[in-house]
Amino acid sequence: MKQQSLPEHKSVEWKRKDILGLEELTAREIEFILETAESFREVSLRPIRKVPALRGKTIITLFFEPSTRTRMSFELAAKRLSADTANISSSTSSVVKGETLKDTARNIEAMKVDVIIIRHSMAGAPHLLAREVSPGVINAGDGAHEHPTQGLIDIFTMKEKKGKIKGLKVVIIGDIAHSRVARSNIWGLRKLGALVSVVAPPTLIPAEIERMGVRVCHSIKEAISDADVINVLRIQRERQKAGFFPSIREYHQLFGITRKSLESAPFDVLIMHPGPINRGVELDGDVADGPYSVILDQVTNGLAVRMAVLYLTSGAGEKR
Amino acid sequence: MIKKRLRIMGEIEIEKALRHLSHMIMRDVSHEELALIGIRTRGEHLATRIKKIISETSSFPIPMGILDITLYRDDLTMIAPHPIVRKTEIPFDITKKAIVLIDDVLFTGRTVRAALDALIDLGRPRCIRLAVLVDRGSRELPIQADYTGKKTVISATEMIEVKLKETDGYDETAIVTRA
Amino acid sequence: MKLLLKGGRVIDPSRGVNRVSDILIDRGRIAEIGRNIPHKGERVIDVKGKIVSPGLIDMHVHLREPGNEEAETIETGTRAAARGGFVLLACMPNTNPTIDNQDTVAFIHSMTKKKGAARVLPIGSITKGLEGKELAEMGELKGSGVVAVSDDGGVIHNCDIMRHALEYAKMLELLVISHCEDETLNIDGVMNEGYWATSLGLAGTPTASEEIAVARNIRLLELSGGALHIAHLSCAGSVSLVREAKKRGINVTCETAPHYFTLTDEAIKEYNTNTKVKPPLRGKKDVEAIKEGLSDGTIDVIATDHAPHTPEEKEVEYELAPFGMIGLETALPLILGLTREGVLDLNEALAKITNNPARILNLDGGTLKVGSTADITVIDLEEKVIVKKDSFQSKSRNSPFIGWELQGMAVLTICGGKITSMSDQVKNKLCGRTK
Repeated sequence: MKQQSLPEHKSVEWKRKDILGLEELTAREIEFILETAESFREVSLRPIRKVPALRGKTIITLFFEPSTRTRMSFELAAKRLSADTANISSSTSSVVKGETLKDTARNIEAMKVDVIIIRHSMAGAPHLLAREVSPGVINAGDGAHEHPTQGLIDIFTMKEKKGKIKGLKVVIIGDIAHSRVARSNIWGLRKLGALVSVVAPPTLIPAEIERMGVRVCHSIKEAISDADVINVLRIQRERQKAGFFPSIREYHQLFGITRKSLESAPFDVLIMHPGPINRGVELDGDVADGPYSVILDQVTNGLAVRMAVLYLTSGAGEKR
Repeated sequence: MIKKRLRIMGEIEIEKALRHLSHMIMRDVSHEELALIGIRTRGEHLATRIKKIISETSSFPIPMGILDITLYRDDLTMIAPHPIVRKTEIPFDITKKAIVLIDDVLFTGRTVRAALDALIDLGRPRCIRLAVLVDRGSRELPIQADYTGKKTVISATEMIEVKLKETDGYDETAIVTRA
Repeated sequence: MKLLLKGGRVIDPSRGVNRVSDILIDRGRIAEIGRNIPHKGERVIDVKGKIVSPGLIDMHVHLREPGNEEAETIETGTRAAARGGFVLLACMPNTNPTIDNQDTVAFIHSMTKKKGAARVLPIGSITKGLEGKELAEMGELKGSGVVAVSDDGGVIHNCDIMRHALEYAKMLELLVISHCEDETLNIDGVMNEGYWATSLGLAGTPTASEEIAVARNIRLLELSGGALHIAHLSCAGSVSLVREAKKRGINVTCETAPHYFTLTDEAIKEYNTNTKVKPPLRGKKDVEAIKEGLSDGTIDVIATDHAPHTPEEKEVEYELAPFGMIGLETALPLILGLTREGVLDLNEALAKITNNPARILNLDGGTLKVGSTADITVIDLEEKVIVKKDSFQSKSRNSPFIGWELQGMAVLTICGGKITSMSDQVKNKLCGRTK
């Protein structure tokens, strides 16, 4: 059936069924997702926060790592597009019975699903899944590799608040070595022309990260003096036990974002955090709740970005 | 491939048709309740023009919005890749309004069906009327326009093409035949 | 049965020979080498235009039998060897049970006799069960026929134990082969530390991990005396350490594997678990240093570290996949690639897979001397093959070279006078002039 076609509705070349990372996307593709997300933002403001776009589609969240907010955000995004969702998490799945990821994937595929959203503690697990099955695969975080939707959300929020990405000075502070959010931020921001610095003790800076196009800095004061955005990453307490830094107290003293440390930042700096926050560790409560903070905007925007990603990937047609 | 192109409306005819539509709308709908909603993309420009014509004689502020029906299309499962989604911008509460939905061409009726679903999700208007510039027949759903600029019955191999200054630089409506 | 190889270019690094000659094989031995040997009814194979080399030796393979016959057996592993041009393999002791006792050695000998398409010489373990704690009964192992001892697959972290192993092995005139990695520096590492590990979010192992172990073992060797062979060098620092030690006259030898001069850590980009190996694939500078080490003779031997794993073991998350890749069927063309690149000449390249490993393991093979065992590999330098998943003789398919086009293949492998592998080319075109 052909509707009287509007030329503006002609298909854009969105051919990807999988979104495994921002590293593999072009600048144009990233911008296209952000533009589409812009259109989806309004849906969540309606009295009926639901559109029938993905009616009849089935979307599975396959989470091998506990995460309430990311899973919920994806699930709500899918539901607002009228897709059916089901959730498999490691505690309930057969993973504990020793089933391999490949077998789990094949089983899910046999139930005729359209998109699988996977969170896994090991880098590359989504790639393994995407190689094995025909449904679209969206990476919701794999080990220390990437968390592409979080990266998109952060960039979307920066663009919303600052009006542009090109030339924006973004400082990422925290456990860069183990952070997938840092990597997705870096890839996406660099492709769109932002200037990115990473700040952490040397023990939490991975080897040769400069080759990803970022500046490495070990002093907050120096890094944030001309920052437009400070993206603060969660510090896991286990890192202290593994010997990456002496104590949470000292980490907070040297790298925590406090009202005092922000004194050297520009007056209109944005504070972001992918959550969940360790208040008083990497970020003080009064800063998280303060006027610079756009942390809750990130959460709201998360829905729009994930709706856009689901809409685009589920319309990408047959497997390559 | 376009084989043949037959012009049926020029700038003057389109202007006349819009004035006719505006007149009929003003006659039927109470000005306090009236709100215009154009369907992206050409319906949006037609709605803007109609609003301007009505404002010449009416001092009531007329709320206007733009509806993107992409997410309500009934053929999404058949289209790959999915069409671009644009913003729906309706900056007023449509509940209890008399909505006039505006589009350029009425053909199968599926776009209007999608628009009706979208509107119902946004609130509960008192009524919804449909105004189109051209009705070309060949309906696939039981949907009719309340106000029609021009009626023409053409075959399945023919298409109506609407050009507007806002998007194309000139105003014209033509029947084109595909080879 | 007699066999006459006619008209090939004979290259024998053990004697510095490089000329077109015929070779007559009689009763499993090389009977005669010379121009235009007249044939008197023996089977003749025309090998004109081909290279005739001493049979290739791979001093570092894992054959998985006994214990993991799903991945490889002595039968399939030696068939893969024959296909790749190898006639002799030294197999590592990380089987189940470990080769730390004479029964396992006897089992390998008997399986090889029954089903082997190449000779297999077991390497005994240094410590019982490869646990790095108590020395294995090296005397008994030596008596039952192991050619060296090694804890490959495990690492001896305790300096005292390594020192005692070297001292004890010295008494027995046994070579110690050491896998050098200080794992306290790379407890979670699954690939080389550097840009690609950072980009892929995988835990990295710095080259220092290998260098520390190489340096330590060289120092311990100086303390104990004896003979130490360092397995699979992968990085620049290790090459310098060995180079410097050799300069000082220390009795250390070493090897590298084809993947260390062919691939960099960029190959891991798609999380292909067939690229996961220990030590890991390194960066460009390391690859260059390995080539330099091969070229200046610091690196004596190229060995495959053929390490089969089943698809079930490998088709998992990168972090969960076992380390290792197969190599017997792709090694020769990759080594010959070094001659095309100008890193080695043909004589040097063949020395690293014939004469040198034979010398280090104190074997008779690796030569085409008249009277020696007829172990011969005929190589076509021009033949190109596209590596396919289903074309391996090995039971496993964990090769990072699947899909590659490789040039320079063994077309005929003769082990102890018996043909163990013959390419279709030889079968179709060159054979059959038997009178």
